[in-house]
Amino acid sequence: MMHHNREVARGDNFQKNGRIFLIVLFGVTIYASFCNLLVPDDSIFHVSTYTITLLGKYLCFALLALSVDVVWGYCGILSLGHGAFFALGGYTMGMYLMRQIGERGVYGHPILPDFMVFLNWKELPWFWYGFDSFGFAMLMTLVVPSVLAFVFGWLAFRSRVTGVYLSIITQAMTYALMLAFFRNEMGFGGNNGLTDFKDILGFDLQSDKTRVALFCLSAVALAMAYLLSQLILQSRYGRVVLAIRDAEPRTRSIGFKTENYKVSLFVYSAALAAIAGALYVPQVGIINPGEFSPLNSIEIVVWVSVGGRATLYGAVAGAVLVNYAKTKFTAEFPDEWLFALGALFVGTTVLLPKGLRGLFDGKQWRNLRRGVEKKIT
Amino acid sequence: MGRSVSMFSSSGKNRDAIVDISHNVILYVESLSVSFDGFKALNDLNLYINNGELRCLIGANGAGKTTLMDVITGKTRPDNGHVFFGQTIDLLGKTETEIAQLGIGRKFQKPTVFENQTVSSNLELAMRGEKGILHTLFSKLNSSDLDWIREVIRIIRLESKENLLAGSLSHGQKQWLEIGMLLIADPRLMLIDEPVAGMTADETERTAELLTSLAGDRTVVVVEHDMDFVRSIARTVSVLHQGSVIAEGSMVDIQNNPAVVEVYLGEEQ
Repeated sequence: MMHHNREVARGDNFQKNGRIFLIVLFGVTIYASFCNLLVPDDSIFHVSTYTITLLGKYLCFALLALSVDVVWGYCGILSLGHGAFFALGGYTMGMYLMRQIGERGVYGHPILPDFMVFLNWKELPWFWYGFDSFGFAMLMTLVVPSVLAFVFGWLAFRSRVTGVYLSIITQAMTYALMLAFFRNEMGFGGNNGLTDFKDILGFDLQSDKTRVALFCLSAVALAMAYLLSQLILQSRYGRVVLAIRDAEPRTRSIGFKTENYKVSLFVYSAALAAIAGALYVPQVGIINPGEFSPLNSIEIVVWVSVGGRATLYGAVAGAVLVNYAKTKFTAEFPDEWLFALGALFVGTTVLLPKGLRGLFDGKQWRNLRRGVEKKIT
Repeated sequence: MGRSVSMFSSSGKNRDAIVDISHNVILYVESLSVSFDGFKALNDLNLYINNGELRCLIGANGAGKTTLMDVITGKTRPDNGHVFFGQTIDLLGKTETEIAQLGIGRKFQKPTVFENQTVSSNLELAMRGEKGILHTLFSKLNSSDLDWIREVIRIIRLESKENLLAGSLSHGQKQWLEIGMLLIADPRLMLIDEPVAGMTADETERTAELLTSLAGDRTVVVVEHDMDFVRSIARTVSVLHQGSVIAEGSMVDIQNNPAVVEVYLGEEQ
């Protein structure tokens, strides 16, 4: 009985919000896909492929925001370097796509990507081996960022680096990676990054069907990440994570090795960010070192705080809304976006500390719900 | 109450077996010194706690009581000295987590419960048992865990509040929840820092009853300022002054000890 009651108290919102989220996500995905593929171009109900790709991009950003929310909202680890994991995931996908180009490149070399021919390289560097295989590339999408997150997290959390110091070193990490990837000698296309992709698993990247498929895959990935994160956060592990956020020394004093929890959650979050990056690259058609820019990582944090951290749907909604605003805003005033973003961040921090979701679970709603529950039980 | 507490025997490992109490002493603190920026918080302090006893530590602010607890629980590293748990376990080489898992529990001066979690969730987290990542990821409470949580909730008298967030409890109730968190971890040695601060007279009395009932099965060390409370529970009192133990004995002995009267009790009475 008690167990049941507690499940209700704790899991109620999680379950209900998760269900609403999935219904909305799949509703939009199916509707947009249907209207793109089956409704004729001249109909007002037709959804353009441009819109599909844009939506797909938003979903990747939503997954990225979710990954930041998991560590920041639930465990208090403010990572200002999550763009690095996203970009690494993107690069692993980009490397696969480059290898798929084959002889269709400008220089027509059967193995070497164009930029390597241009640099007069004769052989494929060892770290490009295996990326002609989709399976291997996807494995690397998970492995490379996870290993980086593990090493970084292990060093930082074991030394009990927290708060603003941790945020600063995450910024330094992504900045260092950006500088490294800018160098041609790194072997990742330098400044220009990886682009001119042709197809993925034999499907033409320019075709509507591939676009829609990638969009749907992004939705599925987001939904699965959402459900998995929900499961993890509802488990006792998740409550230890919350305890660490709220009182880490106390959590340690009741016998939890808090650094293990932080490292594992950080790795999980990095893997989610990497998956988002891998889905993003084939949709936008390019990955370059700009994705490592510290500014990108800060933007993710803004999305999460606008939506409302420590709620998974808040992070998703924040990412979609802010990016939609960005799309609209930059079309009109390309240079002023950063000011708008800054104002948005300050505005939500001051006026809506719980983010937009705070508007939806105000006190009156809670009281109302409690009243109804009382009547039922 | 005492019986219901001791009925607890959870899935825990054979932790008790490793504490060697063959000389009936569970905690040895010897020539312990700690200084912070030249200030000697502990100065060549010696303290021996017998297995199963209820010991009170008293002393003015800055006498070193909290620092002593910090050293025992691994939060502060001493400059020199020894701290042994039983005959064999050197606590100074261990981390806070390891010390907690050996069966030394602590209630902090300022109650720190997890305010964003329910009362029963707080207890669940504090419960004795496996604390690794994989275990917490997949484990579910079994019925004996639930019984034990319910039992502790009953002991700390928060029956009607088990599903409320700990942050919504009164100060006294938070103190009790924290005692509950200590209880549910089933420690061998409980270090309790100012348990009755902020409690009503009634709550204070119940706390005294509870602590008295706990001793015997386990060892309880209480730091407290409230002299009436100390008088009501203490069998042996150690008086700390400027980082050392200056007197030890029954409350009557202590009250008649001229050194103690001068430095501490004199001000109180």
